[in-house]
Amino acid sequence: MISLNWVKDYIDIADQDVHELATKITKAGINVEAVVSHEIPGLIIGQIKKIENHPDSETLHVCQVDIGKENLQIVCGAQNIYEGMKVVVAQEGTVLPGNVEIKKSKLRGVDSCGMMCALWELELEEKPEDIYASGIHDLDKNAPVGGDPLVYLGLDDTLYDLDIHKHRNNDCYYHIGFAYEIACILNRKVKLPELDFKTVKDKINDNFKLEVKTDKCSYYLAREVRNVKVGESPDFIKQRLVAAGMRPINNVVDISNYVMLEFGQPLHFFDKDKLGEKILVRDAKDGEKIVTLDGNECELNSSDIVITDGKNPVCIAGIKGGANTEVDENTKNILIESAIFDSVSIRNTSKRLELPSEAAIRYGKGLSYEYTEMANRRACHLLEKYAGAEVLDGYVLVDNEDYSEKTLTFKPEDVDKILGITISEEDMKTELERLDFPYTVKNHEFKVTIPRRRLDIDANVNDIAEEIGRLYGYNNLASSVPSVPLRRGEYIGDVKYRKLVSKRLRSLGLTEVKTYTLVSPEMASKFKYEEKEQVVLPNPMSVDKSVVRTTLIPSLLNIYEYNKARGVKDISIYEIAKTYDKKYEEVSKVCGLMSGEYLTNSWNGNMKIDFYVVKGVVEDILEYMGYHDRYSFRRDNCSDLHPGVQASIILDGKKIGILGKVHPNISKKDIYVFELNLNSIFGRTNKLKYKEAFKYPSIEKDMAFILDKNIDVYEVIKTIKKGANKILQEVGVFDVYEGERVDQNKKSVAFNLVFNGMDRTLTDEEVMKVFNGLIDKVVTTYKAELRDK
Amino acid sequence: MENKKVLEVKKELEKDLVEIDDLKVVNDLKVKYLGKKGLITELNSEIKNVPNEEKKEFGMQVNELRNTFNDYYEKMVEKLEKAELDKKLANEAIDVTLPATKLAVGAPHILEKVIEEVEEVFMSMGFDVIDGPEIEEDKYNFEMLNIPKGHPARDAQDTFYVEGEEMLLRSQTSPVQVRTMLKGEGKTPIRMICPGKTYRRDDDDASHSHQFMQIEGLLVDKDISLSDLKGTMDVLFKRLFGKSSETRFRPSYYQFTEPSVEVDITCVNCHGKGCNVCKHTGWVTVCGAGVVHPNVLRMSGYDPDVWSGFAFGFGAERLAMMKYDINDIRTFYNTDLREAKIFDREDEE
Repeated sequence: MISLNWVKDYIDIADQDVHELATKITKAGINVEAVVSHEIPGLIIGQIKKIENHPDSETLHVCQVDIGKENLQIVCGAQNIYEGMKVVVAQEGTVLPGNVEIKKSKLRGVDSCGMMCALWELELEEKPEDIYASGIHDLDKNAPVGGDPLVYLGLDDTLYDLDIHKHRNNDCYYHIGFAYEIACILNRKVKLPELDFKTVKDKINDNFKLEVKTDKCSYYLAREVRNVKVGESPDFIKQRLVAAGMRPINNVVDISNYVMLEFGQPLHFFDKDKLGEKILVRDAKDGEKIVTLDGNECELNSSDIVITDGKNPVCIAGIKGGANTEVDENTKNILIESAIFDSVSIRNTSKRLELPSEAAIRYGKGLSYEYTEMANRRACHLLEKYAGAEVLDGYVLVDNEDYSEKTLTFKPEDVDKILGITISEEDMKTELERLDFPYTVKNHEFKVTIPRRRLDIDANVNDIAEEIGRLYGYNNLASSVPSVPLRRGEYIGDVKYRKLVSKRLRSLGLTEVKTYTLVSPEMASKFKYEEKEQVVLPNPMSVDKSVVRTTLIPSLLNIYEYNKARGVKDISIYEIAKTYDKKYEEVSKVCGLMSGEYLTNSWNGNMKIDFYVVKGVVEDILEYMGYHDRYSFRRDNCSDLHPGVQASIILDGKKIGILGKVHPNISKKDIYVFELNLNSIFGRTNKLKYKEAFKYPSIEKDMAFILDKNIDVYEVIKTIKKGANKILQEVGVFDVYEGERVDQNKKSVAFNLVFNGMDRTLTDEEVMKVFNGLIDKVVTTYKAELRDK
Repeated sequence: MENKKVLEVKKELEKDLVEIDDLKVVNDLKVKYLGKKGLITELNSEIKNVPNEEKKEFGMQVNELRNTFNDYYEKMVEKLEKAELDKKLANEAIDVTLPATKLAVGAPHILEKVIEEVEEVFMSMGFDVIDGPEIEEDKYNFEMLNIPKGHPARDAQDTFYVEGEEMLLRSQTSPVQVRTMLKGEGKTPIRMICPGKTYRRDDDDASHSHQFMQIEGLLVDKDISLSDLKGTMDVLFKRLFGKSSETRFRPSYYQFTEPSVEVDITCVNCHGKGCNVCKHTGWVTVCGAGVVHPNVLRMSGYDPDVWSGFAFGFGAERLAMMKYDINDIRTFYNTDLREAKIFDREDEE
């Protein structure tokens, strides 16, 4: 939150409409999320002239209130009122926060024209627990009757709620930094606040030693003040802290926070008498302990930075002070620290200890040295002014900062090339001046020095192009098309095949779903038909999402359950996703789940999904991808599938997937699933070629056998195909029977054979010769009994 | 002169050949006249009794009778068969208003539909669609994108590490761009987009998801500017949200682009008038983008003095939520098939 009243201390924006200014700032890159105003039209300062008891109530009073232009009669229930009291009056028609409109009314028969308010009713204060005890707000004697109470209280402020990108949150989260941003947008200058103070004769160096023994502290400055009087802060400090969301405590603590919000530099105040004669900044020791201001004990390790009194920790650097050197109401002498610590170390420590203090957040973002010294002087100035402090002469300092300047030379056309428009040299000069970046121009070449407050800017043309471009206005960019050769883009590699499979599955009636890659250990333990070792996350967010899946089947079962629970009956879904095993081997998989009806016509007969429908889907995918005659199905033994209704999918002799009915232990419903390794069906087929259909008539012959039940029909077909010469074109199955008419361990299977000579008409004799030969072959190979011819 | 017998048969015919509704009666008539002992058939055997000079005339007369009968017969049969068929068809009439058979047709996932639209726009502009691993090395996901270890930008993309600090579930699809640039070896111009899954440690709620789909793109060539990015974004969002949709750039910050921008488009809900969705600004943010940072080009082997480019990225979920007015991101990962079905159709331009 940025207070505009506060910003006005550093830059003149009195002529700006707060909403228009917010728009300008947003356009230039800092997002003003909300403009919050405390204006409440209709509030006026009044004075209670006369108080009478209400005729019908013991608690209510009837007050005559002078608001300058007239007297109002207001009935009031507060107990803290007295004649002569100056109060905040909400006149008739005022709309208070929470959309409460004040209306003329009668309270137990007595007219009341308005309301006298407590600050919480104006949302200027937290709502107290006992709202009657606090009473209405008592403005002091000097409040001008008829005036605006919010102006008098200094609360007529406008706040900007900012959403700042990471790179700018080290310079735009404090008021002076934000003033610079407004300054470059409006092309105005920033005026820094007063920093001066008197010093007493005593020197800090006479009795104080500073030592820094870590490379994570590049700058450490301390001054000492004496004889502070701890008390309440002046109103403007309290109001501004409240506006920024901080609770006022006392003048000393408040000043430390005030300066941080002003310069972005966190300060730390030590009670000098508790601290002693020395500061040693060093890396913490493993296991070292400190009790912080809030009374909690923290255990440190060697990656933390700690401030010590030479022996014991007195502060976790940049994060939280120690209880042992805390400033309290009895504190007289203070050591003021302003320092720069390593941002990464602060971030890590604050994260590990779960201490996201205001200071830690600021250090974590990175600090420039530009204001580190100034902030220290500003604190002395304010402590002298508002806490009666006496500042000791001199300071202690360890300074290992890198003060080398960031400079950059560039030509105007370098910037133009990046932005794609032409900006004149004069306009570029204007933008650099607005930015307050010192520069020189020689032979159309700029040399710019980048101020330290802008840690985000590196010395390259792109960075300067961005600064110039955003101020020049991105609305002035052209909308051009890259001048590159014309071509059409392509799906590269696997992407193409995934799209093909995906589209085909949709046309086969399956709907695409997406599920999570991370699954629970319970899900991960199911359908491990490949025996792959799984990746388990070392630091998962929850057990639910802790394993990288190697199969999609359990995820699709979840979608099934979700839909089933919502009353969806027929469920045919698929997902295509990547899976990874422990060796990070990537396998793209397509998984399908089908259950219910495939074709539905509720009054005219449905077609139910069974194993063979799903097998048909799998075969179609393989056919579509060009693997005709190269795949087969074999019995399999995945323990999460029905032991008798499952098959492995074999392509070119290699198992590439699985297909089957979900085991009743997992679901009692008829659910069929398949999963295919897509890597093994990508791009291994021949080019598409024309093949003429049969020109001459085919001869069809049927044969039926009684076979042992456990003989796979696929094997018989293979035998038939192998035994035939090239005139046998197709072998089909047209009847399978198990039951009363055959022995218990037998089945009857009828085959249909299609013969065609391709380039001639076959004679019945030659067909019969082959056909009879095939019958003999099947009979002898499988000890089959011929049933029909 | 007509032969007497012919005349007799002719008279008989005139009497018999009337409209008949029974096919059997018609066939009986055929037997009567053209059967083995039919009247016309028998006339044929009369010919031998006819004097030679009349034979020709007689033959013609018999033929005429035959033709008359045949014409009649054909007409009757045709009429009666038609009547019979009509009757049969009338009996076969069905209620065409009964419900149809629901064919098996699946729907695309909503995100996939949106992604395919985006792909189509970019492929038409010469961008290839490329894919990369979801378990990535830290160097591709962060370091080569100008985000060294310890950089605060890493905190915002709170990452799922898979092993130590080296292997992770990618927090953005940008590593695919790095890999593509490395493959280009600093010589080949690049135009690519890479839609894909990404992962961040967010608790799942209506607007957050630990897994989401990103679509990022990259163009590296010579003399590529921020204005070229503007033109490209204009084309994309006009295609996705209609010709009246405008885009605007706002300054932003990303580690791998400089200058960086956020791309706003005319609010899809109020068309720029201002509403709750756009916080009364008339604009909604859809995309982060910028000119490729010289460090990123350099790290991937492209000399920034020679090459330049732009990169952009956006979330497929956000796009779909705006386009189809969906307000819970979890909708995409817990598909209700009845909702999915809606998306199995063409959409208006």
